[in-house]
This record gives sequence, C-alpha cells and structure tokens, in this order.
Amino acid sequence: MTRQSHRLSSGGIVDRSRTVRFSFDGVMYDGHPGDTLASALLANGVTLTGRSFKYHRPRGILSAGSEEPSALVELRTGPRREANTKATTAEIFDGLESASQNRWPSLRFDMMAINSLLSPVFVAGFYYKTFMWPAAFWEKLYEPAIRRAAGLGRAALTADPDVYEKATAFCDVLVIGGGPAGLTAALTAGRTGARVILVDENFALGGRAIDDASEIDGKSATAWVAAVEAELAGMKDVRVMRRTTAFGAYDGGTYGAIERVSDHLETAPEGVPRQRLWHIIAQQTVLAAGATERPIVFGNNDRPGVMLAGAVRTYVNRFGVRPGERAVVFANNDYAASTVSVLERAGVEVVALVDSRTAPPDYVSEIVSATEARLISGAVVTSVLGGQKVKGVQVRTADGRTIKLDCDLVAMSGGWNPNMQMTTHLGGKPKWNDEITSFVPGTVPPGMVVAGAASGALSLRDALDGGVAVGVSSAVAAGFKAAAGAAPKAIHESTKISPLWRVEGSRGKSFVDLQNDVAASDIDLSEREGFRSVEHLKRYTTLGMATDQGKTANVNALAIMAELTKRTIPQTGMTLARPPYTPVALGAFAGHHRGKDFKPSRRPPSYAWAKENGAVFVETGLWLRPSYFPRNGERDWLESVNREVNTVRNAVGICDVSTLGKIDVQGADAAQLIDRVYMNGMKTLAIGKCRYGGMMREDGILMDDGTIARLAENHYFITTTTANAVKVSQHLELCHQWLWPELDVQMISATEQWAQYAIAGPKSRELLQKIVDPAFDISDKGFPYLQVGSIAVCGGIKARLFRLSFSGERAYEIGVPARFGDALMRRLMEAGREFGVCAYGTEALGVMRIEKGHISGPELNGTTTAKDVGLGGMVSTKKDFIGRVLGGRPGLIDPERPVLVGLRPVDRSERLRSGAHFIARDATPTADNDDGYMTSVAYSPSNGHWIGLGLLRHGSERKGEIIRAYDPVRNGDTLVEVVSPCFVDAEGERVRG
Amino acid sequence: MRIKCPCCGERGVDEFAYYGDASVTRPDASAPTAMADFIAYAYERTNSAGLHRELWYHAAGCHLWLVVTRNMISHEIASVEIARDVALARSAAGNASEGKAS
Repeated sequence: MTRQSHRLSSGGIVDRSRTVRFSFDGVMYDGHPGDTLASALLANGVTLTGRSFKYHRPRGILSAGSEEPSALVELRTGPRREANTKATTAEIFDGLESASQNRWPSLRFDMMAINSLLSPVFVAGFYYKTFMWPAAFWEKLYEPAIRRAAGLGRAALTADPDVYEKATAFCDVLVIGGGPAGLTAALTAGRTGARVILVDENFALGGRAIDDASEIDGKSATAWVAAVEAELAGMKDVRVMRRTTAFGAYDGGTYGAIERVSDHLETAPEGVPRQRLWHIIAQQTVLAAGATERPIVFGNNDRPGVMLAGAVRTYVNRFGVRPGERAVVFANNDYAASTVSVLERAGVEVVALVDSRTAPPDYVSEIVSATEARLISGAVVTSVLGGQKVKGVQVRTADGRTIKLDCDLVAMSGGWNPNMQMTTHLGGKPKWNDEITSFVPGTVPPGMVVAGAASGALSLRDALDGGVAVGVSSAVAAGFKAAAGAAPKAIHESTKISPLWRVEGSRGKSFVDLQNDVAASDIDLSEREGFRSVEHLKRYTTLGMATDQGKTANVNALAIMAELTKRTIPQTGMTLARPPYTPVALGAFAGHHRGKDFKPSRRPPSYAWAKENGAVFVETGLWLRPSYFPRNGERDWLESVNREVNTVRNAVGICDVSTLGKIDVQGADAAQLIDRVYMNGMKTLAIGKCRYGGMMREDGILMDDGTIARLAENHYFITTTTANAVKVSQHLELCHQWLWPELDVQMISATEQWAQYAIAGPKSRELLQKIVDPAFDISDKGFPYLQVGSIAVCGGIKARLFRLSFSGERAYEIGVPARFGDALMRRLMEAGREFGVCAYGTEALGVMRIEKGHISGPELNGTTTAKDVGLGGMVSTKKDFIGRVLGGRPGLIDPERPVLVGLRPVDRSERLRSGAHFIARDATPTADNDDGYMTSVAYSPSNGHWIGLGLLRHGSERKGEIIRAYDPVRNGDTLVEVVSPCFVDAEGERVRG
Repeated sequence: MRIKCPCCGERGVDEFAYYGDASVTRPDASAPTAMADFIAYAYERTNSAGLHRELWYHAAGCHLWLVVTRNMISHEIASVEIARDVALARSAAGNASEGKAS
C-alpha cells in the first residue's frame, strides 16, 4: 500500500510539512499533525476499523466527531491502554499504538461473526429471554460467555500512571463551541470587556466553517478563523480552551468541563496533567455546540464506507483526505447536496445523488448539474452491497425499479439534530421543529442562550448572525455595554428537508444504533412486545446507551417508533440527556485525590517523636495516630499492646490525646448553653472542676460523650470524641445561632491549638512533678480527681492540667500550646525514664477502656440511648436539654432494649470476636432468638483472658448467666458469661490515687 | 449549586453542609403536648414543590448557620439570611404577639 494513498495534495488544515508515524493493529502508517486517527486511517485507505458489539459485523468510520458510534478503538498499551476511544476525535502522535476491538483472531477474519448468522437469537431483550433458565447458570455460564462474545474494548489492568487535576474558573460569558456561532459570540462579548471563556472539544477551532470550507467575509474559513483567534488571543480577559469539552450544566451557572491537556502527546510532560477537570462558573452561557447529522436507516447501512455526508466533507475539506474513489450520496435534504461538488473537486467520482424527495428544489439540481453526477430524485437506497467494504448500492427509483450502482463510498444525510443536550441537563424540555425535522431547545438553564446550529439555525449565515446577537445579549445580561456590530458575511445555504427515517423494503439489517447493534427490526419487536415508551424502548433494546449516548441514533429511533405507533414524534417522546455530554475519565473526577492523597492526613503533635520511635500508625478519621509502639524482641502487636497496658497499670504511660475535639466556650450565658446541650446536670459544675458528660441528638439517641471543664465563671473547655469533633462543633453552633441566639456565648474549636497528652498510671503524679513548675501544687489534696487548672511547666510554659482518667488509673491530661507539643512529648518521656514510662497507642487505649467498661465508637453507634450504654443514671430529669423529650418515647425506654454488659469466655483460653450475636444457651440460633451482640472485645492482660462488651437484652438482670456468642460468619460459637462491664478496679479507687 | 453567604460571598455548594427545614421551631419542652410537638418538630415535613426555607452551615467557611430559601424544583435560591437574625426576628415577633394577646 502506498503511504497516504488517499491524501489530497493540498487543502485542509493538516501540516503536510511534518509526518507522524503511528500503528493500527500492528501496521505502521503515516499521517500529519492535525490528523485524527480516523482521518489518518482514511488517508491510508483503511476503512475497516472494528467489529460490532453483538454481531461482530465489520465496521468502519461513520462520522468525524464525538458522536462516533462505530470506529471505537484501543489506544496505547499497558497501564495507559484506553478502550472504546473514538478514532474520530483521537489526535495522532508519533509512536501512537492503536488497535481494533472485539475481534478474534483478527479483524478481517473474526470467528465471532458467527453471531451475525445467529442474529435472530440476538434480538432486543435476548438476554432476558434466552438465558432465563436455569437461574443458577447465569452467573457461572451465561454472563461470562456473553461478556466474551459481546462487549467492546479491554480496560487497562494496572493503575493509571497519569496525573489528573481539578481547577475552577469564573467568567461573565462562557461560550460552549468554537464554530462560527461560538467564535462570533465570543468575539462580540469579548469586545465589550466581558471575561469570556470559549471551550471547544476539538483541537482546532472553526467547526463546520472549516469542515465545509466556507467563505466568510470574503476570506477562506481558515483565514477568517485565524483572524478571529488572533483577536481573541489579544484580549486579556478572554480565554480560549481547545480540547476542552463542556460536559454538564449544573445549578447556579456552574458547568463541568474536561480539558484533555496531554491526550495528544505520547506521555504528559513532567508536571503537566493528562487531563484537567474544570468547574466553570459563568454568569451567562452561550451554547453553540453545533449539530449532529443523522444517518438514514436502510439495509446494511453499517458497512465500512457508509458515512455521514457532513463527515465526508470534513475529511475532504479539513483533513485533505479522499474517503473513497466512487461515491453515491443519499439524502433527504438540500444541505447534503454540496457533498457532490466537494467530492468531485477532491477527485472522487460521484455516481449519483439519490434524493428521496420526488422534486428536490432547484438549489439541489443546480449544484448537481454543475458536476458529472446524476441526480436520482424520489429514490432511496435500499441496501448496501459488499461485506467488509462497500461495493455498491441498490437503489429503488421513483418508478419502483431497483437499480444497482457501483461505489465504495456512501455519503448519507437524514438531516441534522441540534446538540442541545446541555439545555436539558437541568430538566429543560426540548420542542419539536418541523422545519428541520428535529428537536430544538425549549426551556434552557437560567443564564443560557443557544446560538447557531445548536439552536436549530443550520445555515452558516444564521450561525454568524446568531453568534453576534447572543454575544451582545449575554454581555449585556452580565452587565456590560454592547452595541450590536455587523455580523460577518456568508452564504445562506438551503437546509430544506423532507423527513425520511427508514427506507421501507430495505434488504439486510438496517441499523439505528451502530454502537449497540440495534436494528430497525429490534424497534419493531420492541413495539410488538409492548415496550413503546421511549424509556422502555431504550432499556429493552439498549438503544442510545454507552459512549455515544445515541447521538446519531435517538431521533431516528423515536421517529420509527412514532411511525409504528401512528403517533407524532413529540407524542412519542423526546430525547433528554444527562451529563456527561461525552465520557469523562474517572481519573479526572478523582484528580489528585487518590491513594494516600484521597484525603488529607492530620498529624498529631507527637507524630515526629512517634515516627522516630517506631510507632505503627492507624488512621482515625483524618488523623494518623500511633496504634502501638513495638519494641525489639516483641513477636506481635498483641505482645506490644499487653506491655503498654501493663506499664500503665503498674507504672506510667503517655498517650497523645490531642485528636479529641476541643471547643472553647465563653460568655455570660455559657453555662446556660452547656446545660441545654448535655444530658446531665451542668449548672452544679464548680469552677476548676471537670465532669464527664453526654450529648443526645434531638431524637433521644446518644450523640457523643466527652468532658466539660469549667475554667472560670464564664469559661468552659469541652472535649468531644475524635470522630465527632466537627459534628459536635457544628451542633453547638446550631444550638447557639439558631435555637438560642439570645444567649451571650462565643465558641471556637481549639482542637489544633492544644497539644494534649494523657499521663496515666500509678506513677503519673511523680512523673508530672518533674516537669510542673514548683509553684503549682499537684498533690492529691491540692489537685484531686476531676480538678482542672492553669499551670506552667518546664520553666514558664503555660499549660492546662486536667485530672481525668480513661484508663481507670490515676491519670492526668496536660495541654500545652500546640507548638510545644513535640518538645513536651520528648520531655515527658525523658522525665519518665526512671519510672519505666512507655508511650501507648490507640490499641492499649482501647484495651483499657474496655477493661473499664467505658463506651466508645462501637457503643456510641447512632442507635443507642444513654440507658442502653449504662449512662441512664446521668440523665437529668430536672431540665430541658436536647433529646430529652423524644428520648422518652416508648421505643427508647422499652425494657426489652439491649443494654451494656461485660462478657468473658467460659473457657478462658477462647478468643472473643465483636459482631457475634447473643443467643440464650439453649436456644436455637435464629434471628427471633437474637438477644443482642458483642460491640467491643480485647485481650485483657490485666485479667489474662479475652473480655468483651456487648448490648444484651435484659442484660442487667442476667449477670452470671452463660450465653452463646454466635458468629456463623467466622465459625464462632463461644460460651460466654455475662458480667459487669467493668473488669478492673470495679470500686474506682485507683483514679483517686 | 452556589450559595451567596452574607459573610463570605457566593461560594460553591461543597463548602456548605445541609441541615434541614428552617420553618420548624423547637417546641416548649414543658408544654403538656411536648411529646407530640417534638415529634412534629423532628419528623413531620410538608416536602412541598416550590420554595423551601432550609438551614445550611458554612462549614468550610465562616461557620455561620444560614437560612436559604430555595426552589425545590429548580434549585434556584431566592434568598440567603443569617440564621441568627431570622431566629431573633422570629422570637421578637413572637414576644410582640404574646404581648398583644395579653
């Protein structure tokens, strides 16, 4: 094959001075910068590009844009392999590897083409009918087999190596589409000083002006577009974004757009993303997205070589490519007639223009008579001849004869559908227009205007006039002064049309949706079987689904259904679109938020120290907290955790508790607010004292627990659980700002401002004594349990000391400004060396709270009440507080509700597992006999066996009973004894010292 | 969707947290009908197609609670008020009408 055998010697906007080498199915080809993969393949005479979805029919290139349903290929290899990419939009680059899809063993000889012979089986709904029985076969046999036979490309099997990012832009006027209408709109708006963003999915601006090589203002389209681009480039508040698809309209003038920054390069340069996801916030929007040509539905209209007429003109005019040698043009409208002269000028022999209209207007006959082509009026193409490529067509003439025309290219046009998808994204309804026999925009999103072909104004002159008009109106609407200038001058092509949807008496399968292999006969079947609404039709036949979303199929399908049901098209339904307009890679939505960067990591103040000392970290919310600190010689985590627990219980340990939420509440009415949000009485809390407290949601469910310290008359410092820090802060703000705005209170989160360490164990005071400045009395008399005070440490560093205990041991929490957190951790560890101090992590923290029966996340799980978890006694009956009234609902005070108990295995060597359900010892393990479940378990080094906490029905009356902890998922069935939830120091003496 | 925060200006909806209906008022817990009142307050919603007054929190901004009046069909926002101002005006109006009645 000669290289670029079908490239014209001149014309188009490809750069013939440079050559780009790429491969398709392992064969190397040449193209030029400015080519798409489709244009470069056509330039090399390649028309067969893939096999179809269901029937494995040979398929080629239908269109020249993002509506392409047929020429879907795989690009690149390895981790960058991309399936189902449209050859018509992919730019070629040196070294591009591309491959056809859905064929085996080769594209020319495809075994699965047998499906085509079985096509009566593969009709609409065949999945539902054929593989009904036996049901068990579906997963193991039918589905895998269907997936092998049907389907398209293969996804990459490893992680995407490319980088994606997100950005936000603001503008006065967003122009979607860089064709004649969009360019004039952007230019007109830009001249007023408005901030304009113009986006176009293509890599070259100009749209159909370039595709049709139109003349504008006496210049070639190329020259006119270049002049407009130059003027736009000179405007400082105008941004032109090529390779950028606006894919969705959202509320408040927000648009989603995807910029393919590096798709046209072999790999993205260092520091440059592959793609960028844009949020564009626009005051006004001009939708100038053009229109998509409709195929005509006739026999074998899917053969490689059957193309849309407009696409044929694009390949000649824009890419300088001859898509065939001998062509037949088949149309129902005036606009397509120019295809005849365009092809003839490109050296293609045009056999005939087959016009379905009995008397096409003079406009058509004048164009055709200037060429060698015949005009065959009132005729239709009934069938395409040839298998892997077009060899000819059968035409039924006006007088009913069938004639055969030899050709290798069929250029068809059934009219044009405005690309008004984005007008319907917010629920706008399109309306039917008889003049262009298609839907045009009806209601549009606020701030949007539609211009050019997207509005149904198909001629170039209308597009230019419309572009100027909406450029003015949108700039004015955005607050700029604009005077309407004259629109550029251009011809007014005739776009007259008579509807023709499907050719009656066609021979061979007549396809409506090439991507999903939906033929006209499938719509017949759908209608016969009662699936007549558009929504049913779509789902029954899969029409309009997948990557092209039926851009070339939907209106034809509607029209055929309308004919079948003897309704008008608008009565039959309409084509509504959802975002995205074209597929958007998931990687772009993720942006930088992947892997470790999925969410930010927060490091507590002792992070650096913990890292240096070999901590194993765990994520708790966003926080990276030490889980435990393994030491040399320890075999596993359990040994480390046991050692940490024993050290706290026998000597002293230190734990970073800075992650607990901290809220500083001040004001004359601070006490009032605190009293209303906590379930326990707070008014009696004395200055200098702390109290444990619980908060409910208004529905009476326990929300959070923590401590409240009264630092001064009107100054409280409260803590929340790590998990609920943000939620509680938001809740308190709601209470203050919305429920009780009259209260004189100020509050602020101080979680990050204070580094806070728990110092726990019998030797905690001795350790503290070494760093607390001597002026402060921390003896048990001077600083008893639940005391809080401002102190100084390490020679004048201001600190707060709280005598609180989560471990059940004598314990303190010391807070210093966060910037001293690292230094304090190091100083505490040093000071504690003589007492055998160790740092302990969240595991030991958890073990000790379970040993003490303190509740945490597994018990505070959004379904439990205060009474359920043993805190019923705390709930005040003397005041109103959030949750009080609804907490008294019968369902929440039902004595049948499971309550907190402790559990230990009867055989002390057995392990417990949380999640196990409780069943009475003699009961059968059924849901009816479910008495509750295990919420938390731990190996208790203090007891020498596993212990658990759980919620058990009638739990408080069942102490001593042996029940089953039944865990069928993990083959667990353990006899456990119901005990008090406190396993260590039940009298609570140790906290007091 | 975009919300024009009276403090921070117009911001993307992802900065805000939705809470719920702003047309309900927390009832008096000491009233004899308190249980029924609170059930209505917590659960009963009209869900009308049209304008809806609702509470939003500028979580990733100034931490103001806002009363947003939004069209439930079109999502168009008719007004954004500071919740505290709305609440204070409501209680002032309530006090005034009580005053009149007595």
